[in-house]
Amino acid sequence: MQISENWLREWVNPPVDTEALASQLTMAGLEVGSLNVAAPALPGVVVAEVVAVESHPDADKLNLCQVNDGKDTFSVVCGASNVRAGLKVALARIGAELPGIKIKKAKLRGVESQGMICSATELQLAESSEGILELPGDAPIGMSIVEYLSLDDNIFDIDLTPNRGDCLSIAGIAREVAAINKIALTQNGVTPVDSSIGDSFEVELLAPQQCPRYVGRIIKGINPQAQTPMWMQEKLRRCGLRPISPVVDVTNYVMMELGQPMHGFDYDKLNGGIQVRLAKPAEKVALLDQSEVECGDDTLLIADHAGGVALAGIMGGFGSSVQSDTRNIFLEAAHFTAIELAGKARRFGMHTDASHRFERGVDAQLPPIAMQRATGLLLEIVGGEAGPIIDAVANDYMPQTPNVELRYEQLNRLLGIEVAREEVSDILQRLNMQLAEGPVGWQVTPPSYRFDINIEPDLVEEVGRLIGYNNIPGKREASHIQMDSFSEQSVSVNQIRDTLVERGYFEAVTYSFVSPELQDLLDPGQQVLPLSNPISADMSVMRTRLLPGLIQALQHNLNRQQSRVRLFETGLCFIPDGDNLVQTPHIAGVITGSRINDGLYTTGEGVDFFDIKGDLESMLRLADESEFGFTRSDNPVLHPGQGADLAFRGETIGFAGALHPSLLNKLDINQSVFVFESKISPILSRKLPNFVEMSRFPFIRRDISITVEENLPVRELVDSIYSLKNEILQEVFVFDVYTGKEVRNNRKSVALGLILQDFSRTLVDEDVENFVAKVLVQLKEHYNAELRES
Amino acid sequence: MSQDLKNLLQQASLSISESADMAALDAVRVAYLGKKGELTAQLKNLGRLSAEERPAAGQAINQIKVQIQELLETRKSELSDAAIVSRLQTETIDISLPGRRSSAGGLHPVTLTMNRIDKMFGKLGFDVAEGPEVEDDFHNFEALNIPEQHPARAMHDTFYFDDGMLLRTHTSPVQIRVMENREPPLRVIAPGRVYRCDSDLTHTPMFHQVEGLLVDEDVSFSVLKGTLEEFLKMFFEQDDLKTRFRPSYFPFTEPSMEVDISCVMCAGNGCRVCSHTGWLEVLGCGMVHPELFRHTGVDGEKYTGYAFGMGVERLAMLRYGVNDLRLFFDNDLRFLRQFT
Repeated sequence: MQISENWLREWVNPPVDTEALASQLTMAGLEVGSLNVAAPALPGVVVAEVVAVESHPDADKLNLCQVNDGKDTFSVVCGASNVRAGLKVALARIGAELPGIKIKKAKLRGVESQGMICSATELQLAESSEGILELPGDAPIGMSIVEYLSLDDNIFDIDLTPNRGDCLSIAGIAREVAAINKIALTQNGVTPVDSSIGDSFEVELLAPQQCPRYVGRIIKGINPQAQTPMWMQEKLRRCGLRPISPVVDVTNYVMMELGQPMHGFDYDKLNGGIQVRLAKPAEKVALLDQSEVECGDDTLLIADHAGGVALAGIMGGFGSSVQSDTRNIFLEAAHFTAIELAGKARRFGMHTDASHRFERGVDAQLPPIAMQRATGLLLEIVGGEAGPIIDAVANDYMPQTPNVELRYEQLNRLLGIEVAREEVSDILQRLNMQLAEGPVGWQVTPPSYRFDINIEPDLVEEVGRLIGYNNIPGKREASHIQMDSFSEQSVSVNQIRDTLVERGYFEAVTYSFVSPELQDLLDPGQQVLPLSNPISADMSVMRTRLLPGLIQALQHNLNRQQSRVRLFETGLCFIPDGDNLVQTPHIAGVITGSRINDGLYTTGEGVDFFDIKGDLESMLRLADESEFGFTRSDNPVLHPGQGADLAFRGETIGFAGALHPSLLNKLDINQSVFVFESKISPILSRKLPNFVEMSRFPFIRRDISITVEENLPVRELVDSIYSLKNEILQEVFVFDVYTGKEVRNNRKSVALGLILQDFSRTLVDEDVENFVAKVLVQLKEHYNAELRES
Repeated sequence: MSQDLKNLLQQASLSISESADMAALDAVRVAYLGKKGELTAQLKNLGRLSAEERPAAGQAINQIKVQIQELLETRKSELSDAAIVSRLQTETIDISLPGRRSSAGGLHPVTLTMNRIDKMFGKLGFDVAEGPEVEDDFHNFEALNIPEQHPARAMHDTFYFDDGMLLRTHTSPVQIRVMENREPPLRVIAPGRVYRCDSDLTHTPMFHQVEGLLVDEDVSFSVLKGTLEEFLKMFFEQDDLKTRFRPSYFPFTEPSMEVDISCVMCAGNGCRVCSHTGWLEVLGCGMVHPELFRHTGVDGEKYTGYAFGMGVERLAMLRYGVNDLRLFFDNDLRFLRQFT
C-alpha cells in the first residue's frame, strides 16, 4: 500500500524525520518496501493565469498565450487544446527546471516563447495526461506549484502482511505510529452530518452471516459539474489511486483515510430497495469494468428488487453506476465478513482495493463513521442534501471481540526475557487494548479492528514487536548435548555424490517436471503424473526418471562446445502406480566424450560401456556389492547389445548402458552417450566388517585358458567356479577374453586366474592339479568349455 | 726395463685412452692381458732367459701389467661416468608440462550450500529430516494453520494435481510430519526442493529451502534469535555481520519475524543487490503456532518451539556472488566448474 507522508502526519506527527519514520514502521512489522519523493523539486514552476490566447501566426496547432504570474505577463507558446483565457495553470518560467528539461527562451515557429505551460506528465504528477494541467480557479497566482500542491512530500510503499488489514488506511498506520512513539493521534473522530431530507431506502440483510451490517444514505441534488478538488486528487494520486469523479474519489478517499471500502450508486437507477443476498444459481451481473460475471450460489450480491447491482465487497455494477448526469446517489458502507469473502474475488480473476481489504478484515464498527465522513466531504464538493443514515445490523452475526488471556509467565517464557509488568500494560494500552489485570496476567480485549488478536501468542507478539525484537538480546541455548546414533552400516547420499565427483562427474539440479514428449522418449510407456496448472507445456509432467532432465542438461552443454560431459543428479522420481504415487529417490548419470580429459598423455579414447558400469560399480562398492548383479537389459532406451539391468537381491532397481542410437537421432545428439539410473536406497546400507583369520601359508596362482561359446557371459564361469565352494579357492578373476582368428566356430577364449591357498598347510602340486581338474570338469559339463591348447 | 716393454706400455696407454666405449676398451684389455695377449706372450718368453735374468724380467713385466690394469680401470670409470651423463641428457623432460591426473567433477552450489547449513546445525544436534515433494493439502496448508481461502494461500502460487494433491510450496510440511511421528524434544533440519507456479527473472518454478524446527521445554524467541545470529555470522564468515529481526507474519508461527542481514555485497552501504537499503532479507522464523501443536498432538503447555526457513539459492547467490537465479538450473558446465 502506498501512502503520503504528509497525509499521515496530518493524523500523527512524531518528532522523527522521514527515514526514521520509515524505519520505525519497518521494525514494527509494517515493512516500508520503498520510499520515494512525491514529486520532483520543480524550481521556477508557479501558479499563473492565462490572460489571453491567440492563434500562432504560422502554426495551426499552436497558440500564443499571455500568461500572468502576478508580477509579469509572459508570451508563451502552447500546443494544448485545453488552454483558454482565464485558466489557472502551472507555468514553468525561464530558468525553471522540470525533470530532464531546463526551460530557456526559445523560438517556436518564429515566435518567442518565454516559458512553458506544464502538463501533469511534465510535472511527473501523472504517468500520462491530456493537455495542460488545469488548476482550480482559486489557486493563488504566483505561488510555487510545490507549495500549492504540497508536493514536498514522500510516498511510503508499505508491504503489509495479510494479518494486518487494520493498517490498510492512513488511520491504521497512524495508530501504529502513535503507539510506537507514545503520542496521541491529532485527528479524533468524524463530524456527523445531520440529515436535511427525510429520504430513506429499504435495506434487507438476507445473508447476515456474510453481511451482518449495511449502512446506506441517500444524497439528493448533487452538482454533476463539480470537480474533485486538487488537494484530494493529489492525496489520492500519492496513494496510487487515479482521480475519476467526485463521488468515486470521495469513496476512495474515505477508504484510504479510514479503511472502509464504500460504493456510490445512482439512486435513480435502483429499484425498490437493497437486498444483500446470495446469488441465484448462474445469476449474472454486469460490472463497472464492463465485464459480466456469472455468480455461484455462494456469491454475495448487493441487489435491488430487479436484480444484482454489485458484487458485494468486490466491484459495483455497471447499470447502477454514477455517471456524469447523476443527481441523486445512494452511498454504501457495509461490513462483509472476511472469512466469507476470502477467495471470492480471485475466483472471478479480480483483485480490487475493496476485496483486498474485506478479505483481510474491516472493522465492523467503521461503516457509520465512514458514512458520516463521506457525506461531509461530498456535500462540500458536490453539494446536495443528505437523508438519514440507514444502519441495518444483524446483531447475532456481528463479529465478537474476543477476550484473550496473557499470562505474565508465558510471555517471559516465549520471549526469553523478563519484561516489567507495567511495560506490558503500557504497550497493550498504547495499542488500544482493554485490560483487566489479575495475579497471573491480563484479560485483554483487543480493539474491534484487530482481527489478528485471538490467542495468547498474538499478544506476546504485540509486546515483543513494540519492545522491538532488536532490543531483545539473543541467547545461546542451554546446552542439551547428547550423543547421536551413528550407524556404521549406513552409506550417506553425500558419500555417493563424492564418489561420482571423484570420477569426474558434476552434479546437476534439474526441474522435477519435464516435457511429456521427452519423458516418454526416455521412459516409454510409463504412466506419468501431469500437473493441473503447469507453467508451460515443456514442464508439465512429473519426472519418472532423472534421465530426461539430465539429457536436457547434456544437450545444453553439447550445444555450448562442451563435448566431454559427465553429469549426475539425485532426487525424487514420481511414479504413479494405479491410484497410488510412489516418490522414490533415484541417482542417475550421463557421460559422453573422451574417457580422460587431456590430449597430452592419451589418445582421447571415447567412453564406453565399461566406463559407465565402472562408475555405477564404484558406488555399489560403498554398499554390499555382492548383493547386486547385472543382467543383459531389454530396456528400449538402451543399445540392445550394450545395456545392463542392475538388480539388488534379485529385484531390478536400475540400468546402465549406451543410449539407443535411434534415440540419439531423435534427440539430435551425434555422439555416443552412456547412462545409468538406479534407485538409491539399496546403496545406502552396507555390512559391518567381520574379521576373518588370514592364512600363514603362501598362496598359489594357477591360470587356465579355455574356450567357450562366444555369447556366454563370462560372469557365469566365475560364479560356477565359486559354486564349487572349495575351501582352498580364494579368488577367481578374468584376465583375458579373446575372440579372433585363433579361436573359431563362434567361440571365444577366456583366461581365468585362480588364487589357491590353504589355511593349515602349504599347498602341493597335487592339490592344485586336483582342484584345476575339478574346475575343468565343472566348466566342461555346464558350459562345454574346452581347455585351450597353447 | 727393456725398450720393448716401454714401447708396449706406451702403445697400451695410447690404445686405452683412445677407446671410445666399453667394447673397445675390452678389446684393448684382451689384446694385452688376454690369454693370447702381448703381455701374456712376454711372460711365456721368460723361460728362455737365464735363471739370473729371470726374476728381474718377470718383475718388470708384472709392473707393466699392473700399470696397464690401472689404466684400464681409470678409463673404464671415465667411460661409465660419460655414459650416465649422456643418459641424463636424453632423459631430460619439460617439467613445465601439466601433471597426469584424473579430472574431478564437483557438487552443485545448491548442494554445497545445503550441506554447509546441515553441518552447522548438525553441530547443534539437528538431524536431517525429509518429506515428500508431492504433498497433500493438510500438510502443506491446513495443519500449518493456512485454511482454505486464507490470504496467505494466494502468496503461494501452488502447483496442483488433478486429485487435489500438490507440490509442496515450502519445506514447512516437514515440521508437521516430524511432530506427527516423533516425540519431543525435537530438533530437525529439513532441506529440499519446493515449488511455486511462478517464473520470471527472479523466480524459478522450483527452488530449495532449508527448514529448521526445535521443540523442547522453554524454547524462547531469545534463543531463536541467538541461534540464527550465530548461524548467519558463521555462514557468511563475518563476525561483524549485522542482523535485524523484523516482525512479520506466517500463519504457522506466532510471533513471526523476518531476518535481515547487513548487505554482504556493499557492507550495508547500499547497492543494487540490497535495493540501496543496506539490508538483505535472508530468512523467516518464529515461535511454533499452538495450532500446529494441536494438529500434531504435541503438548503446547509443556513444550514451546521455534521454526525457521530460508531460501538456499538466495544464500548461495549472496555467498558466491551469483547474479542470476536461473543459472542454478541450466547445469552449464562452465557454471558448475566454478564451484570446485
